[in-house]
Amino acid sequence: MSLIEIRDLRLSIGDVPILRGVDLDIAPGKVMGLVGESGSGKSMTALALMRLLPRGARVSGRITFDGMDILTAPEAAMCRLRGRHIGMVFQEPMTALNPLKTIGEQVAEGIRWHTGANRADAEARARAMLERVGLPENRFPLTRYPHELSGGQRQRVVIAIACALKPKLLIADEPTTALDVVLQAQILQLLRDLVDENRMSLLLISHDLAVVAEMADRITVMRHGEVMETGGAVRVLAEQAHPYTRQLARASTHVPARPKQAVRTAEKPLLEVENVSRDYALRRQSIFSRRRTFRAVDGVSFSLATGESVALVGRSGCGKSTLARVILALDSPTSGAIRFMGEDIGARAKDALRPVRRNMQVVFQDPYGSFDPRHKAERLVAEPLYLLDEKLDRRRRREMVAEALTQVGLSPADMDKYPHEFSGGQRQRLSIARAIITRPRLIIADEPVSALDVSIRAQILDLFADLNARLGIAYLFITHDLTVARAICDRALVMHEGRIVEAGPTEMVLQTPRSEPARALVETAPDLERILEKRIVAS
Amino acid sequence: MTAFLAKRLAVGLITLLAASVIVFSVLEILPGDPARIMLGMNASPDALEALRIEMGLDRPILARYLDWLAGMATGDFGRSYTYSSPVLDLVWERLAVSLPLAVFALSLSTLIAIPVGVFSASRRGSAADTITMGAAQVGVAIPNFWFALLLVYVFSVGLRLLPAGGFPGWGESWAQHWQAFKALILPAVALALPQAAILARVTRSAMVEVLGEDYIRTARAKGLPRTQVLWRHALRNAMIPVLTIMGLQLAFLLAGTIIIENVFYLPGLGRLIFQAISQRDLIVVEGVVMLLVASVILINFAVDICYAIVDPRLRAGR
Repeated sequence: MSLIEIRDLRLSIGDVPILRGVDLDIAPGKVMGLVGESGSGKSMTALALMRLLPRGARVSGRITFDGMDILTAPEAAMCRLRGRHIGMVFQEPMTALNPLKTIGEQVAEGIRWHTGANRADAEARARAMLERVGLPENRFPLTRYPHELSGGQRQRVVIAIACALKPKLLIADEPTTALDVVLQAQILQLLRDLVDENRMSLLLISHDLAVVAEMADRITVMRHGEVMETGGAVRVLAEQAHPYTRQLARASTHVPARPKQAVRTAEKPLLEVENVSRDYALRRQSIFSRRRTFRAVDGVSFSLATGESVALVGRSGCGKSTLARVILALDSPTSGAIRFMGEDIGARAKDALRPVRRNMQVVFQDPYGSFDPRHKAERLVAEPLYLLDEKLDRRRRREMVAEALTQVGLSPADMDKYPHEFSGGQRQRLSIARAIITRPRLIIADEPVSALDVSIRAQILDLFADLNARLGIAYLFITHDLTVARAICDRALVMHEGRIVEAGPTEMVLQTPRSEPARALVETAPDLERILEKRIVAS
Repeated sequence: MTAFLAKRLAVGLITLLAASVIVFSVLEILPGDPARIMLGMNASPDALEALRIEMGLDRPILARYLDWLAGMATGDFGRSYTYSSPVLDLVWERLAVSLPLAVFALSLSTLIAIPVGVFSASRRGSAADTITMGAAQVGVAIPNFWFALLLVYVFSVGLRLLPAGGFPGWGESWAQHWQAFKALILPAVALALPQAAILARVTRSAMVEVLGEDYIRTARAKGLPRTQVLWRHALRNAMIPVLTIMGLQLAFLLAGTIIIENVFYLPGLGRLIFQAISQRDLIVVEGVVMLLVASVILINFAVDICYAIVDPRLRAGR
């Protein structure tokens, strides 16, 4: 008997069909991995299970949970079900908690509502649950507010809320996508333990096969609102019988073919970072106490040759983005020097930075947040052109934009579109086009593929590799994922608590990490092949 | 938290000081002789001279400014020459009407607006939402004096339930208190209507935004029913813009109610200022303006404290 039985689930919003006849079964105590690209309908399937669909969604088909028909149940019955028998963990821990309520209130609330327990009892249970998810009382009292916690800690609170009443089914919708690889491994381990302890069923949703590969008993692969393949996890992953499953698996381990770049180390380095530190002032404890500082970047030195691509790898909060900002001269170093093309840029005034900025461009993580939604692609891509010395007329500008768009695999006709008309992957191409339009020597890319699905990630990595080969652009590639670094970087620098703790050829760092932080990053990076080997041996 | 409030208080005091400079210099910058402006062209030289001395116009400007400041600090706002009584007494007298009226009107508008805004937001796009927001639009558009006359026509002339105007004073006994209160009901309703309409719209749009947040989904996923999510999770998060508007409205209600005071013959602050201006009683104008600036600063300070109570992030930061 299945705990969950979904039959011919169809869903549309307005005239857009989202789900086209989904069938899915989850047995009690089992883990179902639900995999697919964004837009494949995985999250909608989960929300339909909870009946928390967005306004205007029309559903048909049947969902049975433990014998109860979910789509026709009265709302009051659904309220008794949600949180009690089905718990849910979401993707974005930073926004999933109410900022105005303490974590204790938020965990205890569901307990009180469902069990009618008094405040003291509910708080005692909330306390025990927070202990269980790894938030001990001495550091995380119930009176903490969400803004006092990091992303990983917040996700633990969300898990505590979802699991507080030991539901029969836990739905985890991309629970680790917003976290770095080390945290991802910790959170997945926690979910696995909770599922085992309480014999819960788990619906684990991810765009990355490698994430679900280790935990899932069965896997369902979705695309465009349809189930492509479903079956035992080991079989689905080992055989990769369905072409789409194969495509996803390949994307997850994708390494672009790169011609061996002749890195001109003999010449003067393109970028030299010398003993750079950056301090931030912390808030004063009282008006009279001395202002303490936090050293985000601590004595970092490295150099980068023309045409070379270097990965700066580290966990979130290790200082890598601060270092990037300092190199980009968006922030000034507290001490140390940065030389770009032989010139010191740390000490330059804003106006004198123009020729530097022309040769050093940036690509950010979030392709949604880094464009003004009211500007057309032409204007967005042409923005850095003001850095050139010559003034361009409109025709020349359009030519340059068209060329940049072609370089990144978009069409010149896309020039007149607005950002919302592009998909996530296309938008990241657009931000790369914006970065290359001034023909820079160096691009600093801050987690440029972290927000993208594996299949799109593979395409963007190919594009980076291709631009490096064709235009000789050097990269400083900032990422928390070593497998991404391996894909396109010659060298890797591992950063931990503001310092560079390990540096060397990427393959060497991956094969034989010497420092503890590097080892942690290597071990936790989701690696489909390794996991599969392990599981086949185990079965 | 203490540091946050201390900082706000300091900013408030500086604002007050800046306002005093401006208010004082307006009097200085006015062309001609303030005493002549106050008394008019046909004043006798003796009267002019007397007023000049009373206003201290024969002394250096800085000394006069400092005296004026020191006076205000000790509660001496000068004497009105039209009423021949201390400005502060005049203000107290009027405040006995204006303050209760403002609080009454604001309470009414809040009690109406917040439930209406929450209701509309929770049924966004429905017929009920369209109708309430349409009504709110009309509420904003209706001139309040016209609405006031309508109220008088219905409740005083027609139903004979409430007085059409005037204010009997708060008196000593409960019966007298009740009479005074009755005199304020219609003006308060007339004042509250447009305020409620604006506040309801603000509440609605803040709620609509909050209801789209991830943590609302988390609350629903816990099993909380829609109404609980609305009142316990969403409303508090939507309070910041609502509090801002409420602060602005209270400040307006204290002195900006001249039209309604005239319709109902209420001896409020608005009429005091109006009369002082038309009679060129500049000392009264100066004093009342300074008191109003101070009350606006005080209201903003109270709003800041409310922000900090609502949002823990503001308690920690700044």
